[in-house]
Amino acid sequence: MKAAVIVFPGSNCDRDCKVAIERSTGAHVDMVWHGDTALPDAVDLIVLPGGFSYGDYLRCGAMASLSPIMAEVKAAAGRGVATVGICNGFQVLCEAGMLPGALLRNEKLKYVCKAVDLEVTNAQTRYTAGYAGRRQVTMTVGNGEGNFFADVDTLDRLEGEGQVVFRYLENPNGSARDIAGIVNARGNVLGLMPHPDRAFEAELGSADGALLFQSALASA
Amino acid sequence: MRAKVHVFLKPGVLDVQGKAVEQALHGLGWAGVEHVRVGRTIEFDLAATDAASAEAEVKAMCEKLLANTVIESYRVELA
Repeated sequence: MKAAVIVFPGSNCDRDCKVAIERSTGAHVDMVWHGDTALPDAVDLIVLPGGFSYGDYLRCGAMASLSPIMAEVKAAAGRGVATVGICNGFQVLCEAGMLPGALLRNEKLKYVCKAVDLEVTNAQTRYTAGYAGRRQVTMTVGNGEGNFFADVDTLDRLEGEGQVVFRYLENPNGSARDIAGIVNARGNVLGLMPHPDRAFEAELGSADGALLFQSALASA
Repeated sequence: MRAKVHVFLKPGVLDVQGKAVEQALHGLGWAGVEHVRVGRTIEFDLAATDAASAEAEVKAMCEKLLANTVIESYRVELA
């Protein structure tokens, strides 16, 4: 099993993601610089990590979404490769048009950093199969712009098609319909604001994130 | 040519910064202030010399990078 973590200038959870994936799955993890034009061969999982790519200038994730490596990430996702954007990575996926919607400033204009309880809204995705019917998991959020927005039709479609994967039990940032994470229509591209990479072993307060990485690679 | 691009959140998209500024203005006594929106202006020089091609170019820039049309609208000024 092979995973790749994309490193943008300003990413700060790239190392966390590498360690989290290695420890929870045993997969080999390559770090891939945003300026690269190729992904490692036969990669099973691509992770866009959290952080402040390009200093969050212009809009969070906007510049990163146009990085040279993103053409390869789009192509791989198009072939069905599991692709996960966490926090800033979620913002990048939305800016890249790989997921619908956008992430706005938090409703209370505050950076929110805390553990959150999440409902596993769709337990049938390739990312949540490992939760084996568990309805609630705990991860940590850390964001100032995690307020998910999409127009009403898009929200209805996401809900109707089972593309809402995680919801906040207590909405920390004003996200539409309490949405914390979504997948694309095909189900192989996941974006979520909470950090599974900060919840992969009990010492971190929760090991629920480990199951997400395990699920992603189990179905590879 | 000099281009000015004004980018604002679309009507209907909650502008929390605008709301905070509005409340601050109310606090200073300007009770009549309503619907404050905070946007950004991006200015730059363009090599193009005719307005039509400059406008087409700047619009392409807006669609690709300068605005996220899921949540923002933009207006282009050329001089």
